[in-house]
Formats: sequence, C-alpha cells, structure tokens
Amino acid sequence: MQFPGRRKKVIGSSQNDLYDHCLQFYGQPPLENISLTEFETFAVERLKLLKSVENIGVSYVKNSEQYVKKLDAEFSSLNFPLRTELGDRRVQGGTSEYEKRRKDHISHFILRLAYCQTEDLRRWFIQQEMDLFRYRFGELTSKHKTDFLHKNNLKYETVSAEEKKSLKDKLITSSYGLSGITVEEYDFYKVPFQDALDLVRTRKVYLLAGNAYIPHHEIVTIVLNDFRTRLSKALAMTARSLPAVQSDERLQPLLSHLSHAYVGQDYSIQKNMGKISLEQIDALSGKSFPLCMRHLHKALRENHHLRHGGRMQYGLFLKGIGLTLDQALQFWRSEFVKGKVDADKFDKAYAYSVRHMFGKEGKRTDYTPYSCMKVILSNPPSQGDYHGCPFRHSDPELLKQKLQNYKVSPSGINQLLPMLAEILELVKGMHYQLACQKYFELTHNVEDAGFSLNHPNQYFTESQKLLGGGLEIKKEVDMSQRSQENPANMTRPSQANSKQAHEEMGDLDSFFQDE
Amino acid sequence: MSTSDYDPACLPDLLPLYYRRLFPFSQYYRWLSYGGVSKNYFQNREFSFTLKDDIYVRYQSFTTQNELEKEMQKMVPYKIDIGAVYSHRPSQHNAVKSGTFQALEKELVFDIDMTDYDDVRRCCSAADICSKCWTLMTIAIRILDRALREDFGFHHLLWVYSGRRGVHCWVCDDAARKLSVAARSAVAEYLSLVKGGEETVRKVVLSDPIHPFINHSLSVVERYFQQYAIVDQDILGSKESVDKVLAVLSPLCRQMKSFTREGSSVSYDLHFSCVSVKSNSKKGGQYFDKEIMLQYCYPRLDVNVSKGVNHLLKSPFSVHPKTGRISVPIDLKELDTFDPFEVPTISLICEELEKPRAEEAEEDDMKDKENEQEAGERRRIRDYKRTSLAKYVKVFDRFLEAMARSRKGEMLKKSDLQKDF
Repeated sequence: MQFPGRRKKVIGSSQNDLYDHCLQFYGQPPLENISLTEFETFAVERLKLLKSVENIGVSYVKNSEQYVKKLDAEFSSLNFPLRTELGDRRVQGGTSEYEKRRKDHISHFILRLAYCQTEDLRRWFIQQEMDLFRYRFGELTSKHKTDFLHKNNLKYETVSAEEKKSLKDKLITSSYGLSGITVEEYDFYKVPFQDALDLVRTRKVYLLAGNAYIPHHEIVTIVLNDFRTRLSKALAMTARSLPAVQSDERLQPLLSHLSHAYVGQDYSIQKNMGKISLEQIDALSGKSFPLCMRHLHKALRENHHLRHGGRMQYGLFLKGIGLTLDQALQFWRSEFVKGKVDADKFDKAYAYSVRHMFGKEGKRTDYTPYSCMKVILSNPPSQGDYHGCPFRHSDPELLKQKLQNYKVSPSGINQLLPMLAEILELVKGMHYQLACQKYFELTHNVEDAGFSLNHPNQYFTESQKLLGGGLEIKKEVDMSQRSQENPANMTRPSQANSKQAHEEMGDLDSFFQDE
Repeated sequence: MSTSDYDPACLPDLLPLYYRRLFPFSQYYRWLSYGGVSKNYFQNREFSFTLKDDIYVRYQSFTTQNELEKEMQKMVPYKIDIGAVYSHRPSQHNAVKSGTFQALEKELVFDIDMTDYDDVRRCCSAADICSKCWTLMTIAIRILDRALREDFGFHHLLWVYSGRRGVHCWVCDDAARKLSVAARSAVAEYLSLVKGGEETVRKVVLSDPIHPFINHSLSVVERYFQQYAIVDQDILGSKESVDKVLAVLSPLCRQMKSFTREGSSVSYDLHFSCVSVKSNSKKGGQYFDKEIMLQYCYPRLDVNVSKGVNHLLKSPFSVHPKTGRISVPIDLKELDTFDPFEVPTISLICEELEKPRAEEAEEDDMKDKENEQEAGERRRIRDYKRTSLAKYVKVFDRFLEAMARSRKGEMLKKSDLQKDF
C-alpha cells in the first residue's frame, strides 16, 4: 500500500475514469502526491463527517427521513460528494464533484492509517464507514445501484423463475412488503447465508438449504456485508504496514491525535481508585448510579447472586468508579456468600473472574467499563438476567412502575408525571440515552443534565459533581457547553496521551472544538 | 432401575474404571479427527478438565489417541469440556508469540437448559426436571433440528443429553466448524424467539408477515401443546396460573372475560371472546394465541454459548458429577420415548461390567494376549457392549458413519471435477 505524500507516483488515469461513480468500495489506494496541508484537511473533514454519522445515528432512526436530511446537510457543508452525475459544473467558488470524490477517496485511506491500530478503533471506524456507505447506497437510483454492482464485480446469483414460483408463498411471508406480483416481477438473489448475516439475524429473509433468498431491494445488506469484510481485512493489513508510516515525523503526530480524539473517554484509567468505601455503595446506588446499575445492585443484594452478564456490566462499572481489586473481591464475596455460594467456591470459581476484570488473569487485558452503546446494543438479557439497559430492555409498563417507585426528590413530585411521560416517549423513539438523561434530571431535580450521556460511569461522575460528593474528579477538557444544543454529540478527548500532541497541534484542535 | 443408587462419593473409584474400560476412546478420537482431512486437527484441539477438588485446567491437548487415553486415565477428570481447534497446540500456547495463538475452528453448538424455562414451568424449578417438563426438550430438539437442517443446510448434528437438566447440539459440518463469531451469533438470533429477562412479561412478539421459520416452529409446538401445557403443566388449572397466562396479554386487553373450563374436557382454544382485543386491533394483537404457545414452549437458547469460537462445552460421554449420568447421544428416531431418567449412570454401568462373562469373551481374551493395545481396545469394545452404554455408542457410531460417507462423497466430487479438466 502506498502512502500519499511520501513518494512520487505516476498520476493515474484521466480525470473522468478515476472517479466516474460517486460511490466507491475503496478497493484501490490513491496513487498521487498531495501536500501535507491537504493530507491534514482531508483527514479532519472526514473525521468530522464520521463523527456526524455517529451522532446523527444516535439521535434519529437510521435511514429515516430526518436522518437522511441531516446527513445530506453534513455532506454539503463538508464538501463530500452528493450528486450522482459527474458533471464538472463548479458551484460558485465551490468544489467540483470530481474534487469531492477525490477527497472522499483519499480521506478514507488516510483514516485507515489512524484507525487500524486497535480492535476498538477498527470497530468504530468500520461501523461509521458502514453506516455512511449504507446511507449513500440508499440514495442511489436503481440504475446507479446496478451500475455500482457491475463496476465492482459483485455478481450475485439470481433465482430462476421456476424456483421463485415454487417458493412463492414462502418468499412472500419472509420479507416485509412483498406480494405475489412483486415476487414474480422483481429479481431475487440466492446467496450463502454467511453472506447475508444481517438479514439472517433479523429473520428478514427466506432460508433454504443454507441459502438466503434476497429480494432486490435488500441487496444493500449483502453489499454492506461485503464492504465490512473487505474493510476489516484491509485494516488488518494496514496495521502491519503501519510502522513504516509512523516513522515519518510529519505524519505521526497527526495520526496519533486523530485516533485519540474520537473514541471518547473510556474510564479505563481509574483516577479515583480507593476513594470509595464499600459502605457507601448502597447509598450511592440510590443517588448517583444510572438506572441500569441501580437495578443490578438491587438484584445482587436481593438474590445474593448475579449471572455472568450482570457481573461483567456491574463489576466493570464499579471498577470505573474507583473500587480497587481487593475491595471488589470483598464486595462480591460478601454478597455471594450470603447466598448459595460458600467462601471456598467463591474463591475457586468467581474470584478468578473478578481478577480477570482487573486485568490480573489470562490475557491481562484491563477491561474497560461498558459504554451505553455497548450495554444497549450487545448481549440482551434473557430469563434470569438483570443486565442491559432498562430503557431498552424492560417492558415500558414495568419501566414506568419502577421509575415511580424509585422515587424522586420530594419536591419533584409535581414534575414526576409529565417527566415520566417524556421518558416513555423517548423510549418509544429509541432514544434510550436521552431517556436516561431525563431520568438523571428527574432524580437530581435539575432542568438540564448539562452533559450528553454516553457512559454509565459518566452518569456517576456527573451526579457526584452535582451533589458535591467528596470525590475529587479531575475535570476533562470541557465540551459540555456544546452538548446543550446538540445532545447527541458525544466527544470527550481523553487526557494524558493526547496532551503532548494537543500542544503541537494547536490549529487542529479548533477543528474539534467548534460547532 | 437405571440409577443404581449413584453416590457422588464413589466417583473417585468409578471414574478410573470408566476411563479404563468403558469410555469409547476410539470413536471419540475418530470424531474429533474428522477423517484426518485437516492436518493436526486433533492435536490442536483444546480440552479442559475439572479434576478432584474443583481444580480446573485448561489448554489440554494430545497428539494421539493413545496419549489422550493415558492422560485421562492418569488425571481422572470429573468433568471434560471440549474447546476450539487452535492455530497451535494448546498445551504449548505459552511458547507461542503473543497474538498468534488463535482459535480457528469449532463445531457450532447449542445449549438448552431447563432453568431458562423456570418462568413457564410449574412442575419443577432450577436444576430439577421431571417427565412433565422434559417435553420442552423434545420440542426444542425438533424445532432446532429441523431449522438447522432445512433452513441452514447442515447435515451432521449430534444431540447429547447433558446429564442433568438439558441438551446440547453439536453441529459438525465442515461449514459449521468454519463459521465466524458473527455468523454463529446470527444463526443463534435467527433461532431465538423468546426475548427478555425478568423485566419482560410478554416475551414473544409476532407481527405480519409470519416468517416460514416461525410457522414451522408453531406446527411443532401445536403438536405437543395440548398434552404438555394443558394436561401436564396444567396452565389453565388454577386461577393463579390462568392469571399468569392472561398477564402476558394484559397490555393488549383491557377487559377479559374470565376463561372457564367446560366440564371435563378443557378447550384450549385461546381465541378469547375478548371484544376489546379485536376492536383495538393493536399491532400484533391478533397473534396472542400463537405468542402464548411460543412463550410457554419455544426453545430458549443461550446465545453466548453459540457465539464464541473458543467457548468450551461439556463433552459427550463425560460424566455429570452431581447425577452420575453419562452425557449420552440422543437418537432422534426415538426422541419421543427418550427418558432422561433411564440414561445410565456411571455406577450402573460399572456394576454391569462386573457381571459374569460369556464364554466367547474368554476365547477372545486368549487371542488378545498377543497384541496388548489391540487387546485393550477389543476388550473395551466388548466391555461397553455388555452395559447399558452400548446403545448410545451405537447412535454415536451411526453419526460417525454418516460423516465418513459424506467426506467420501466430497472427495469423489472433487476428483471428478479435476478430471473434467
């Protein structure tokens, strides 16, 4: 893989061939020289774009009308390719479509360098690029979709008319919005189920003998799967070539700043170790724990046990608020021993997993407390589980009851009912984190939480700050002013590591702090 | 009586006997070698043992069948788990450069545990099972077996009784063993219909259109529902349990006519004459009868067990220390008559071993004196045949035969293709 800005390379084919489609699979890296300024600018602008993709994806249902409108606006303001025709018409003093596509191409590859290094970074990058791709593919006309498939050699086997006829009833009932007529008219593709996992997972497609029968309009899911696989492989390869790039002092500070600025604080560095005593936990759970952790704590106290999912979610949260390993061991043991587990069994079976959480066993990874995204999206609870996000995973009726019981400050009673209604509305709209923020406002009796919630430990920290708790919590670079206008905005640069680069990149920072 | 009064305290005496004379090592090795098609497949497989006093050891691996036997006879594990096939020998994982030791392949597995049904069974709870609730396992096996074969195209499925309160499924096809984490999780989610924990009352939500998979599953449930839910579990037998059923629907129904039994035959026609449901016609309201049947009967699987490529699962033919029962393969042809309480315990089969031998056995013994190892194996084959374990090993044999035939078919296909050039 060649890195722009380092070597002289022959400029590729003529303008028109290179970027003749507004969408691309990023199969070929760019082969030209660019200036360092362009390198920086492109990278930062794409990063802003991906960040918007993430935020807008949290505030609106993906691919809904508002979602699309918002993203369209971002695209225009950041000068990324929007139109499908490559006309070289220049908007007054603006950039041509060709230039936008070139930027799209180059900026993607630059960000690969910044985001290939760790599993978390890769996952984030792939997720946003996929959402971006899905949005852009969805905006193409049918003809352009087919064009795209042909250009990129994505050949999927079509289902014959006879087969469609014999499976007609099954096909109609497997996808939403199909009728006998549409099944006859539209193309269906037969792909191995492994290539259509998203459709299989949600049972949106007919499966027979290991093949998924995909209606034409769902083809985007298959393409996305392909996209994800390719990108994943490419990132792994990029990671291997990275040392060569990092040795270039012009690029290294930029790349490192890029990847640190956007993962948000992960609470892996415990600043408050040992500042909490075990006796405080019960009280704290009522005052400063988010609902999910309060729920878990209560279940633990009542049943003297938690299953694996609950132990992980709650245990890591406790680590994040400052429990030391010894405290954690004591905490879990004393509770489990009250139940069916004797001290011996605890030491043999459960102590290991507590130590594992603190990075003292096995791979010795110091696991990070789960963010809201992780709690909401992965590992839904089943029978006997208490983990997950109550706003996402509880029945709205039960949630309502629970909220009423978990009471609020006495003066809040009058606001209780309308607030509850607001919370339930947010839950219906799938804005679980916003609902939790409202819960924060309700329980702390404030008008505005003053931050945008994306991590249970953040909830705790903010709550303690508000209540003037006895913990010294170092203040991060404060982005919370912005959050009031834009509640879905989720950035908090992490401290220490980027501080150095931070100073060197004075100018660059202004990119991250505006809006 | 199959139990033969099993006492966990006897394990230290019974296990060595079991591993020396009864455990079907040669079939076991044959299984995990998968025809020797992939190099080092058996050698790179992880096993984990739980030894006496709950000592747990991971990353056990063996180079030959003989080594497996010797080690198991030496260590006498109380529990045996099978893990993934790794990139290197698990027993040497520490010597491998960090990051390069990876789980590569493993069977696709499912674990159905009776405790996950506690909210819908009245006869037992937690680790207990009885003949009334065992039907849930039968239903689970029928539904999942059909789906894995017909929808996903898998052929080689081994269903195993876990020894106490559930069943496991090992999908052993080549394609299954190579599945990624994402694919495994997608398969498990496709097969999941009952969602939600303590906090969810209505755990099954159906809406138009009803996917063919759901329809297939419903027809299985319907076959068993009358006997299982109405008669055995008696879910309409008391006000309390009827209320529980109705509670699932309560968000949908404001007024319910109370449901009455008619004389001695219970009509389980769940089309309640509930006016408010029909007229409100909230989304999903029209399938509540199906939803209730599914919530009470549809298989509940633990997605986490199926997801991980490196997940360790109890091995077939291992002993369950608490019940003494052997984890035996289930013959699907006899599924409806399978009785977990008839599964042999280790004490039973060890006892059966001590019974006086037939004459032919003595003759073979003489021949064996010539070849020690072969002798050991032949004796062992004769040995388990004398016990209740025999019929279960036969099920396993048939399973292995089918895989071998299929492998042969594949090779012929491949060589045919090559000749075509």
